[in-house]
This record gives sequence, C-alpha cells and structure tokens, in this order.
Amino acid sequence: MELLIKKIKRKKPIDWLRFLAVWTSAFLTVFILVYILVFVLIRGIPHIKPSLFSFTYTIENQSLFPAIVTTVIMIVVTLVLAVPLGVFTAIYLVEYAKRGSKFVQAIRTTSETLAGIPSIVFGLFGYIFFADWLGWGKSILAGCFTLAIMVLPLIIRTTEESLKSIPDSYREGSFSLGAGRLRTVWRVVLPPALPGVFAGIILAMGRIVGETAALVFTIGSVIKIPDNLFSQGRTLALHVLQLSSQGHYRNEAYATAVILLVLVVGINMLSTSIERKFKESTK
Amino acid sequence: MHIVFVIAAFIAILAVALICIFLFAQGLPTIFEIGPSKFLLGQKWTPTNSNPAFGILPMILGSIYVTAGAILLGVPIGLFMAVFMARMCPGPLYRIIKPAINLMAGVPSVIYGFFGMMVLVPMIFDAFGKKFDMMSGDSMLAASILLGIMILPTIISIAETNLRAVPQELYEAAVALGASHERTVFKVLLPAAKSGVMAAIVLGIGRAIGETMAVKMVVGNQAVFRLPHEFLKGVRTMTTNIVIEMGYVEHGSLHNGALIATGVVLFVFIMLINALFSILNNEKASQ
Repeated sequence: MELLIKKIKRKKPIDWLRFLAVWTSAFLTVFILVYILVFVLIRGIPHIKPSLFSFTYTIENQSLFPAIVTTVIMIVVTLVLAVPLGVFTAIYLVEYAKRGSKFVQAIRTTSETLAGIPSIVFGLFGYIFFADWLGWGKSILAGCFTLAIMVLPLIIRTTEESLKSIPDSYREGSFSLGAGRLRTVWRVVLPPALPGVFAGIILAMGRIVGETAALVFTIGSVIKIPDNLFSQGRTLALHVLQLSSQGHYRNEAYATAVILLVLVVGINMLSTSIERKFKESTK
Repeated sequence: MHIVFVIAAFIAILAVALICIFLFAQGLPTIFEIGPSKFLLGQKWTPTNSNPAFGILPMILGSIYVTAGAILLGVPIGLFMAVFMARMCPGPLYRIIKPAINLMAGVPSVIYGFFGMMVLVPMIFDAFGKKFDMMSGDSMLAASILLGIMILPTIISIAETNLRAVPQELYEAAVALGASHERTVFKVLLPAAKSGVMAAIVLGIGRAIGETMAVKMVVGNQAVFRLPHEFLKGVRTMTTNIVIEMGYVEHGSLHNGALIATGVVLFVFIMLINALFSILNNEKASQ
C-alpha cells in the first residue's frame, strides 16, 4: 500500500496544491493545539505557589484547594448517578432488547438527542427543575444531577460499543454450557468489555472536570469546601472562569488554568491508554 | 434483573422528556405573553428598562453570524485534516496526532475562552483596532476564529471515520485507471463519503451554536442588531444572552421567562440540526 502510493506520481499542479492544502491544514491544527497548551503552561507555571493550595480560600491567596475538593466530590457523585444508569441501559440495548424494536429506537433517539444538547441548555434545565422545581436550590446535588444527565449518552455509547466488540462466540459458548442470560452478561461478556467501559467513564470524568456552562446556575459560585451535598460550590473550571473575568487575578487565573489543563490532559491520556490496551486485547 | 435494565433505559428517555417539558412549559407562555413575532423578530432587547422590550433577533443573528464564521474557517481546515489523517498521514505520525486530536476535543471550553481572551482578542485589536476605530478586540471575528478552532476535533474525527469507511476497491479502481493519489482522494473518496462528511459539518454547526463560555469571553456581548459586515464589532449570541443575565434576573419575572424562552429557541435550533444530522446518517447507512 505504502509502496503503491509512492509509485503514483503527482502529475498535475493541482495535485501539488491538494497535497499542500492537506499538509498545511495538518500543520496548522497541530500548531494551534500546541500553541494553546504551551501558552497556558508558560504563563501559568511560574505563578503556581504553595499559597494557591492553602486549605481555606482568602482574597489574598485565591486558593484553588476548595475548588479541587468540590471538583472531586462532583466527579464521584455524578459518576455514582450516571454510571449504573448508563451501563445498564447499554446492557439492555445490546444484550436484551430485540434489535430494531420501538423501545430501542426511542432510547437510541433520546441518547442521540441528549448528546447534541448544548451544556447551557442542561444548565437551564437543571436550574428550572432541580434547583427550583424540586427546591434543592443552587447546590452540589443539583449540579451533579444535571451533569449526570449530560454524561449519560457518552457512557451509554462507549459501553454499547465495547459490549458489541465482544464476539458472539463468547455468548454462544456460555449459553451452550447452560448459563442463563444474566450470568452470561455478568460473568462472560462484561469482564472483557470492562476496559472499554472504563475508558468511557474516564472520558465522562473529563467532561465533568471541564464543564462550566451547565454549572453556573446549578451549583452557584461559593468557594469553600462544601459541608454537604446541599451547599453551593465552585469547581476548578468555574474557578478559572471567575478568576479570568476579574482583571486583577490574571496570574492566579493562569496558574489555576494550568492545574485544570494538567488534570484534563492526564484524564485524557489515561482514557486513551486504556482504550488502546482494550483494542489490542480484543483483536 | 431484566426489569432493572429496562428501568435504566426508561430513565434516559424520561430525562429528555423532562428537559422538553420543563423548558417548553416555562418558555412558551412567555413567548406568547410577549408575542411570538415581537419576541423572535424584535430588534430591541432592553429587559431592564421601565418599558422593557424583549426582542431576540439580534441574538439569533449573532449566533448565526459567529457559527457561519466558525464554519467558514473550521470546515476547510477540518476536512483537509481529516483527509490527512485518513489517507496521507505516515503511520508513526498518526499514533501521535490521533491522541492529540482527542485531547483537543477534551480541552475545556473555559481554557479555549481564556486563550481567546488573552491571545486572540489583543491580536485582533492590534491588527484592526486603530484602522477601524475599535473599542476592543472583542468581536464576532474573535468568536468565529475561536469557535472555528473548537469545532475542529469534531469535524476531523467524524469526517475521518467516514473517509476510512469508503471501500478500498474504489481507491484501487481509481488508481488503476491512472489517477494520482491526491486526485483519487479528492475526486473519488471525498464524494463517496459525502453524506458522512456533511454529517460532520452539521455536528460542527451544532457545537458552534451551542458553545457558551468560550464565546462569552471573546464576543463582546452587546445585545444590538448587527449586519454581517460588522464582523469587527461585538454581538451577543443566544447562549451568552442566557448565561449573562440569568445570574441577576429577578425570579419569576417576565425577564426570567424571556431568558428561558431564549433557551427554548436555542433548543429548537439544536433539534433541527440534530434532525438533519440523523437524516444524513441514515442516508449514509442506506448507501
């Protein structure tokens, strides 16, 4: 294949033009990404000071520690809500439902719809429904429920894909040995599919960490370590937003952005490496 | 245990139903109270005046302008990049670039926004500020460039997947007839993947029109009626209209309702885009 391409000569100037356009775009895309990353890192790293990690937030230290604690709480609660729901839905879709039935189509359509809804609409809904109608007020809990709905389609889709990648011979083998459907799913299909499921969950973590628009009206912006799930809070991403909108905390904003970026990059790399291992093992 | 799985699946449907019901139940009455044509086509948004006006046409246009700009900038680069990744990228390079594009999709919008605020906006001001008497670099142009960058990973990954799905026979047939590699890719593979490529663009449009925080940080947010050629001036989009005013609005007021109604209009836009996306996907599946 590679050899073949090399042997086909570019005959016309337009081929060179196409070649140039493609490589320029590739270069530009990579350049932009690297530029953004390096820019934030260079501006931010010199301003990372121990005082940024003080236990309590004051106007002087602009500590991001409470924001990190809040972010971790948000991740845990949101995943506790969304993962079982998403994984079970995917199991239903792949292992139980008759392909093409009305109910399955409805789920598929909803899941696609959810995936396309912008986060500001989730935020608006969370504010109307969880904070206002259910009376939870702006709180961590309202934020977590909002985010759980938001990451649900992601978890459904990744779980579905990894379940589908398990060959049918596994299921047939299990059935022929007399195992029921539930045992087959639980003991035979799910274990080899788990890395794929984890990759999806970690991707969802990335979404939770980076989210802002869905959270501004649902969890408020009080910056302290939350007492319980009904207190207001501010995640790391929201903290970056707040700091950047106030002109005299630019350095702290850069430093906090670095921490956020490192977190997101780390999460992404973890997800990619798990996915890669998973793909190699199912080959 | 079967029933547990059914219930889980049912809750996913319930969530969408609830979103629709609550948004429309709170938004539609306001639209009718203001008057649908006054709300959708009104050019004035002065919610806090003693005689308030709630026209969101400036915001609808604002969303359309910045999205159009993003598409103009992002689609060519995105498609060329997809071609690169599907057909021209050397293997070892691909193993670096593919995760990089995934990472690009994962970078939070607040980071993009911050970058836009600190780099793009001053850059635009330096370039055009004096010549065109700009107050600041916050402008449609800044938002369009930033959104053009932000939709790249979406367009690239979907277009790449679809380009890869084109049967290899088509490629080989074209090359056997004497076409060069580039010619084959552009004249045979891209047309063959047309509906998939269109789907990628449509999804990019959805991303751009729904983006909030990054846009808010660079777009200027003036709720005024603008024409497309005023792209060096600021506008406000539907998303930023909601996020800016929701913070201080009086609960239960008409203003509050008008903001939720803005969300409803945005939601309808997204639904139309989604419908278009699934039509294109079905077309692809039936090919």
